[in-house]
Amino acid sequence: MIPSKEEMEKSFAARHGAALQKKFSAACVAICGLGGLGSNIALSLARAGIGKLILIDYDRVDVTNLHRQQYKACQVGMFKTDALRENLLEIAPYLEYETHTVMITEDNILSLLENADIVCEAFDKAEAKAMLVNFVLEHYADKYLIAASGMAGIGSANMITTRKITDKFYLCGDGVSDVEKSNGLFSARVTVCAAHEALTVLRILAGEE
Amino acid sequence: MVKINGESSELAGVNLLDYLNSSGYNPKLIAVEINLEIVPKSAYSGTIFKDGDTVEIVNFVGGG
Repeated sequence: MIPSKEEMEKSFAARHGAALQKKFSAACVAICGLGGLGSNIALSLARAGIGKLILIDYDRVDVTNLHRQQYKACQVGMFKTDALRENLLEIAPYLEYETHTVMITEDNILSLLENADIVCEAFDKAEAKAMLVNFVLEHYADKYLIAASGMAGIGSANMITTRKITDKFYLCGDGVSDVEKSNGLFSARVTVCAAHEALTVLRILAGEE
Repeated sequence: MVKINGESSELAGVNLLDYLNSSGYNPKLIAVEINLEIVPKSAYSGTIFKDGDTVEIVNFVGGG
């Protein structure tokens, strides 16, 4: 028997207080990209009780994803949206998960992100990151935007920071470690960066930013 | 003085696109904000730094 909705809400409140729980459950966060960054951000936010997550990715789970991403071996071949929703429902069954199995383009960005209070950029390609950030800053300047740049390699996690660039735009990462110029990606380091993004969401909602 | 990513320089009157090109930035991989406002890519070539401007140039790298 899984815990009831009331039991879970009580447990969230026990862990971080009823006042914060109210803010977290009223929030809607969009996660653009469900890879090493996005799937980890989603897990963190679901565990914190964020009321609604908008999960966007066009891709399928690949065996190489298991190295960093919150998917299971039995899910290889599934769409990431479907697999992640499955996993999130097992962890936090009473939250709302809206999935979109699409590639984000300038044609669909506006409608996909319309209801989000906070947008988390979690792509892997630099050009896609720049596209999304520019678009959100230009057309949705009232939304909070958290992006990430630089988490590749096995350099120290101490190099990964969260910088407030402007009023509602935050950048996580070390800013320089490019996946194409490094010795690969490591789960622990990517997860540090994902945690920076997730924690920034919680801090914004808590009024700490 | 114009402040770019925290560093002040005598760049008033310099064209943004010229600055980006001479500094080695790839316009497809960046976001530019001047005085807390995003500069649309279409406006790069027509934007001139003014004295007192605070500029943030975010350069994106791959991975995630």
